[in-house]
Amino acid sequence: MSRYVARRLAFLVITLLLTSLIVFVVTQWLPGDVARVILGREASEPALAALRAELGLDKPLPLQYLSWLGRFLTGDWGTSYSTGLPVRDLVLERAGNSTMLAGLTLLIAVPLSVFLGVVAGLKADKPLDATISIGSLAVVGLPEFVTGLILIEVLALRLHLFPANSSIRPGTGFFEALPQLVLPALTATFVLLAYVTRLTRAGVVEEMRQGYVRTATLKGLPRRTVVGRHVLRNALLPTITVLAISFGWLIGGLIVIENVFNYPGLGRLMTFAIDRRDLPLMQAITLLTVLVFALANLGADLLYAALNPRIRLE
Amino acid sequence: MASFSNVLEIDGLTVSYRRGQKSLDAVRNVSFSIAAGQSYGLVGESGSGKSTLALAIMQYLPENGLVTGGTIRLGGQDLAALPREQMQQVWRDQIKLVPQDPGASLNPSLRIGDQLDEALCDGNEARDELRQRSLEQLRQVRIADPERVAASYPHQLSGGMQQRVLIAMALARQPSLLILDEPTTNLDVTTEAVILDLVRDLVHGQRTAILYVSHNLGVVASICDRVAVLYAGELVEDLTPQQLRRRPLHPYTLGLLDSVPRLGQRAGVDPLLPIAGTIARLDALPAGCVFAPRCPIAQQLCRDLRPELEETPEGGLVRCHRWREIAAGMVDARADRPAAVASQNGVSGAASALRTEALVKHFPVRRTLAEALRRTPARQVHAVDGVSLQIGQQRTLGLVGESGSGKTTAARCIVGLVERTGGQVTLFDIALAPGLDRRDAAVLRRLQMVFQNPEEALNPHRTVGDVLQRPLMRLMGLSAGEARQQAGELLEAVRLSSAYLDRTPGQLSGGEKQRVAIARAFASNPDVLILDESVSALDVSVQASILNLLTELQAEQGSAYLFISHDLAAVSYLADDIAVMYLGQVVETGSAEQMLHPPFHPYSEALLSAVPRIDAAGPERIRLPGDLPSAIDLPSGCRFHTRCPRLLGDICRTQEPPWQETAPGHRYRCHIAPDELTAMQVSSGEQNGWPRREMGEASR
Ligand code: SF4
Ligand code: SF4
Repeated sequence: MSRYVARRLAFLVITLLLTSLIVFVVTQWLPGDVARVILGREASEPALAALRAELGLDKPLPLQYLSWLGRFLTGDWGTSYSTGLPVRDLVLERAGNSTMLAGLTLLIAVPLSVFLGVVAGLKADKPLDATISIGSLAVVGLPEFVTGLILIEVLALRLHLFPANSSIRPGTGFFEALPQLVLPALTATFVLLAYVTRLTRAGVVEEMRQGYVRTATLKGLPRRTVVGRHVLRNALLPTITVLAISFGWLIGGLIVIENVFNYPGLGRLMTFAIDRRDLPLMQAITLLTVLVFALANLGADLLYAALNPRIRLE
Repeated sequence: MASFSNVLEIDGLTVSYRRGQKSLDAVRNVSFSIAAGQSYGLVGESGSGKSTLALAIMQYLPENGLVTGGTIRLGGQDLAALPREQMQQVWRDQIKLVPQDPGASLNPSLRIGDQLDEALCDGNEARDELRQRSLEQLRQVRIADPERVAASYPHQLSGGMQQRVLIAMALARQPSLLILDEPTTNLDVTTEAVILDLVRDLVHGQRTAILYVSHNLGVVASICDRVAVLYAGELVEDLTPQQLRRRPLHPYTLGLLDSVPRLGQRAGVDPLLPIAGTIARLDALPAGCVFAPRCPIAQQLCRDLRPELEETPEGGLVRCHRWREIAAGMVDARADRPAAVASQNGVSGAASALRTEALVKHFPVRRTLAEALRRTPARQVHAVDGVSLQIGQQRTLGLVGESGSGKTTAARCIVGLVERTGGQVTLFDIALAPGLDRRDAAVLRRLQMVFQNPEEALNPHRTVGDVLQRPLMRLMGLSAGEARQQAGELLEAVRLSSAYLDRTPGQLSGGEKQRVAIARAFASNPDVLILDESVSALDVSVQASILNLLTELQAEQGSAYLFISHDLAAVSYLADDIAVMYLGQVVETGSAEQMLHPPFHPYSEALLSAVPRIDAAGPERIRLPGDLPSAIDLPSGCRFHTRCPRLLGDICRTQEPPWQETAPGHRYRCHIAPDELTAMQVSSGEQNGWPRREMGEASR
């Protein structure tokens, strides 16, 4: 087991190195001259050259990469071109916000979708199952910004339950931010809901057919014990994996939702960085997102193995 | 007629399945009762309704199944009337089921101990105490190291071990009724024998009533006090095992008996008499006797009037208009002797059709990184380890052994599906390449294989007609019309009507698919046909007709067969020669005749004595302890020494045994010399050529 983890971690480091290389090369080749972006269209050629030298943009690419990587690893993520602020502070602040949003989303989405999926699975092909399946499919059909706007319209503008704008100030804690987190979290939940519900339903239907369910029932166990102790343990394996993986998406992939709600997460920072061609910022965000994705995948695999005794990790 | 000693009373039970708008009666008007301490066997082929009946008694029918008539009483209480909560009580304390598929019946993610605790739990005892009782229960089913088993997950145990666990679970609360639904069907004969002994001993002298459901008359006759035969949902005969052996009265029961090869029965001498036709479909039941379309002595009365269950003077029950005539010997209700079952034409010593020399297949076991660094030598699964076989032209070689013995891998190496690691395979005088891709089309045609699992061989998107016509046109050069005609004939030969030509595999049952696969193998008129457990899963009456078909086709086409099966009786019925494999090696080979008489290799002896037999009584047989050892870390010396009932001593543990030749063509691999071995095996009360002897007395 520990050998497996070590190998996976080594693999993860290689992945990250490769991504960093790609990220670096691609961002260097983005059309547009950074110095000109920073100094504006009217800047003089000597001023541009000076800035390029200052930013190290005149060195050969491999050197630029190595020194950038070295600085990145030692915690110096550079200075944002467009704001002049340290990239690290900017990114970590936003990453914290994203984690809060992801956390709340999972808090809502996991119990809800698992509950709906289990109910649908136990009542497979009954009216309740059809209602849940059709309902969750209808929701998944809508793009995120539509669900987001509907939620704003109903819950914020009409019912005044939550604020429509989620632009929290830097340094806001989880509980303080909670009211403003609810709507974006609900929107993200809707994206996950249909998928996770259907996956859970399929798992439950499949497992309910297994012989061990008959054995358990014929032991005279009450139905909730049969389901709770025997069925879910097996039926939820794929669900758990998918949820763990979706954590990566929730951290780095909520660009649309964050924009709709004006939420200061990593996604919006990324949009901002792309708009401004802010290379150091883009590089840091991408690498961080890839890291989170990779860790989420590893976590999912380990969790799956830990819960499933038939898998032996070697 | 309620009697207090009856644990289970079934009266006029009818069970129906809803299929769309229709309702089909899968079990009709069945009545029987089982007294405390009695064991009642229910025998039938697929479609007989035996499993439906068992599930109805358990009150665990699938959703579209319903008891539509009659009563099921357990200890006087009508189970159908019980609300779910009370039924839970009954499930917990009174009725237990031991299912057919032990692997699937245990929760893969819970430890055995926890699953067993759950079955024992009353709800208020301490955990330790509970676990102690669970361990005790495991000891009861003769599990030697209960702590290890309790800490294991199901996939870490062998099938036989899993089934013991399920039996331990079922007996945990001393139920009043134990239902065993084909509990040994998927197990090896040796394991089956051990499990049957266990069931026999555990219930002996207990008050538990037993309902034993099986397709195997031999098993039921050896375990039960009474046997009921079910056909197409009706009870057609109810009798004692003695009556079953001596003189069953219903033509169907007779047909079943004549369809199962007895150990030592030979195709050429004493052919099986399969039942004609196929089982009646539930939506098209005959108006009169349900068996009439297949009955060799049906009369007009039979077709018009459904017979009632009548009591015989011997205390049995039979549902047949003509049972009195049958009992008096006035009519012969046995099926006609098949016309064309020729005796084996193969001449021993004739040129060989297929030969393997020192065939080896080792599968590498992947090393871990640490092992590779430490330069631990790579380990191998020794699936096949120097197997030399020879099949004469137009002869049949039977290959037997437990699962894991390497017989299937050997077959796959021969046809080239698995590339051998070493050795030679020769078809007539052509040396065959290891891989399929390096063999030419002519060789492929001449060497065919039918698998255990027909899914492997049939493309789900092609119709049966396509499947059969393709080899006929491509390999035999027939025109499309001729090929279709021939395909129809092949289907008839495997007892499927030509209406099947236009169906796809998805529309066929498992047995039907297997028959199509066999027909397809014959379509290319092979010189050598390998049959790997190809008939094992079929109903006995179908199996019998296929075994006879194989004999017929052999006489006609002159094919040689390699017939691989765990069923020794079927092997000895069909084969001219037999080879026994254990852990990748052949341990004995000889003619079928020689193999059925001492001296046997101790492993063959155990296999023979494990065969459940309808024609002999007495449980004192040789039983093999434990499971097959790992094919990675092979036992030293004689590979069989860890389980051998006739173990000599250290020599077996340290030295590989030599081949011993007893007569021309008969050899076995053991340290015990032929005369000594014969003496041992004959002296241990052998009868009809097979020994009966308790394992504990084995000379050591
Ligand atoms: S009633 Fe007639 S058809 Fe039915 S089994 Fe008896 S003899 Fe055969
Ligand atoms: S050599 Fe020894 S262990 Fe092997 S079969 Fe013979 S008696 Fe048994």
